[in-house]
Amino acid sequence: MSKPLENVEVALFVTCLVDINRPSVGFAAVKLLEQSGCKVVVPNAQTCCGQPAYNSGDKQSTKDIAKNVIRAFKSFRYVVAPSGSCAGMIKKHYPELFADDPEMLLEAQDLAARTHELVSFLNDIADFEPDDVKLDKKVTYHDSCSSLREMKVKDQPRELLGEVDDLELIEAEDREACCGFGGTFCIKYSEISEEMVDQKIANLLATKADIVTAGDLGCLMNIAGRLSRKGHKMKVLHVAEILAGMGDKPGIAEGRD
Amino acid sequence: MQVTSRKFKENAHEAMQDENLRAALGRVKEGFTAKRAEAAADLPEFEDLRDQARDIKDHVLENLDYYLEYFEKKVIEAGGVVHWCSNAKEAKETILKICRDVDAKTVTKGKSMITEEIGLNKFLESEGIEPIETDLGEYIIQLADEPPSHIIGPAVHKTKEQVTELFHEHHQQYGYTEREEDAEKLVGEARAVLRHKYVVADVGITGANFLVAETGSTAIVTNEGNGDLTQSLPKTHIAVASIEKVIPTLEDVSTVMRVLARSATGQEMSVYTTFSTGPKRSDDIDGPENFHVVLLDGGRSEMIGTELQELLRCIRCGACMNHCPVYHAVGGHSYGWVYPGPIGAALNPQMVGIEEARHLPNASSFCGRCEEVCPVRIPIPKILRHWREKAFEQQISPKPERWGIELWGFFAKRPWAYRLMTKVAVRVLGLMGGKNGKIKSLPMNNGWTAVRDLPAPQGATFMEQWKKQEGR
Repeated sequence: MSKPLENVEVALFVTCLVDINRPSVGFAAVKLLEQSGCKVVVPNAQTCCGQPAYNSGDKQSTKDIAKNVIRAFKSFRYVVAPSGSCAGMIKKHYPELFADDPEMLLEAQDLAARTHELVSFLNDIADFEPDDVKLDKKVTYHDSCSSLREMKVKDQPRELLGEVDDLELIEAEDREACCGFGGTFCIKYSEISEEMVDQKIANLLATKADIVTAGDLGCLMNIAGRLSRKGHKMKVLHVAEILAGMGDKPGIAEGRD
Repeated sequence: MQVTSRKFKENAHEAMQDENLRAALGRVKEGFTAKRAEAAADLPEFEDLRDQARDIKDHVLENLDYYLEYFEKKVIEAGGVVHWCSNAKEAKETILKICRDVDAKTVTKGKSMITEEIGLNKFLESEGIEPIETDLGEYIIQLADEPPSHIIGPAVHKTKEQVTELFHEHHQQYGYTEREEDAEKLVGEARAVLRHKYVVADVGITGANFLVAETGSTAIVTNEGNGDLTQSLPKTHIAVASIEKVIPTLEDVSTVMRVLARSATGQEMSVYTTFSTGPKRSDDIDGPENFHVVLLDGGRSEMIGTELQELLRCIRCGACMNHCPVYHAVGGHSYGWVYPGPIGAALNPQMVGIEEARHLPNASSFCGRCEEVCPVRIPIPKILRHWREKAFEQQISPKPERWGIELWGFFAKRPWAYRLMTKVAVRVLGLMGGKNGKIKSLPMNNGWTAVRDLPAPQGATFMEQWKKQEGR
């Protein structure tokens, strides 16, 4: 049976954190999209979605950055990001940003309509199923705020993880509570962020899972960084890495191969 | 009250060291959130009701002048008086004059955030009139001489042991010489002490959850019945309310009430819902002889027609703070003014100035849970962002922060420069990470590494690696 997106061009929005910190998430995304039959394109003119500026109140810089993103992704049927946060920025906030600029608003709305978070795209649109992926581990999934509330990603990652052979999914207490990342929040209010991430890792550790996963690298770097600082051994991986069969590679903050 | 929002970080630091507070906040988090979730799940039409409640409040805000004047007309028809006050000072003086006219010595009070907002208790005390809070939580914090830390649970930051000590200190004069440790008996003790106060009070002051335009009634919801005694026993009842509390009809009140208690405490309804319409009539057995409504604008009419208008839909249920991870961490007093939590972070910059309250809209991870649970769907994160934009425009945000963002913006706007910068950055960070692949401390940016390790980049950037692979 042919796949619904056979040979359809899909543009990958890599996201700045993946680009800089964990390219393997980007390659996992490419692999998953290609397994779904898509033809993956990575536009070279992309940088960041503009969220750091947007959340710091710098509206003009955000608009300039957003215009660059809109231009870079103009001609693609689908735009996919391995992050609910960056996808949410484009989908929900770009149209808000250009509310008073009718011409740009149309372009922002057009891009918003074509933009998807990776896991929900794979599950809801691409009819993706993990291909002979096996991981004999206990895994707990953290709902990142943007994935959950802006992109309505909740069941999709759980469904896909459920199809990985031997993987046991364990739900944590308060899994919908924020991990304390919040972009620049975790730097500007590090003490409050610390309190929040400690609460989060206490709930994660209580599951006795081997691996914690999520769809947003920001949250994962925050959780991994705190687990590492406190000397806990729980492994941290992006959900795309698990689905792409990279679950046995070193986790975030774990060093290199 | 004295505004300490400027010291939010210091306030929060102290709060997080306070073991009693942490214990008390743990209960807010578990109790209120679970109960609200159950109550919402039990009512299939809950989401529709939220839409209806939002629409009712929006309709009122679009026609506020009409409904306020209609309300006044109905209050007068029922034999009451409406006092229009544009600010806290006018409201306090109006209330004082009413008290003086009946030669009041003591005043009982039902729970009212507006009287906290205008600082009524301290003002009355300075004028020689003794205010007595009758809501148990308000009574506790009055004894402790503290402001409320939550809009529906003013003493939610106190543990039972702290209440035992407070009562022991203040109730010995009434003959309670033993330290009482049982919660139910503590409530009984407060009840017995307060019972006498209701009877001798000259004036009863309450807030109002709703001002019903259709009937000229004020309505309060309580769980203790203290509001009823406050407003029906003294000869004079003053209801103090801000202008956005007006609502067209009793039918609308019932719609909004269906989301109010469920969002607040998870109850289907509060235990008492009391409507007051004018003073005692000739055939009434009890009730006040004089009925006054003090209507406060307090900066609210300036919010109409601006990005802040949606904040005026707030029905003060407290759901946003009950679900806020920042509130759970720092408690209500850290916010430094009357309204804590997400709604306070959105509202206080308007009330006390963005320069004073700059931290509040910034101290949010934008997790969005407040908006998710708000019964009238106030887009709180959007309003917090509005304040961040104002602070950035007015250059109130700290310089290093603005420079950092501008520098990042410079690169993010120029893909070629960005590629170059990231290429260098990953190599530097990679070297710093060494074999372990993590960075323990960063010279420029210790906000991250103060509490967490920074995972070092895996190697070359994705874009570099992708470029090499292209044409696979």
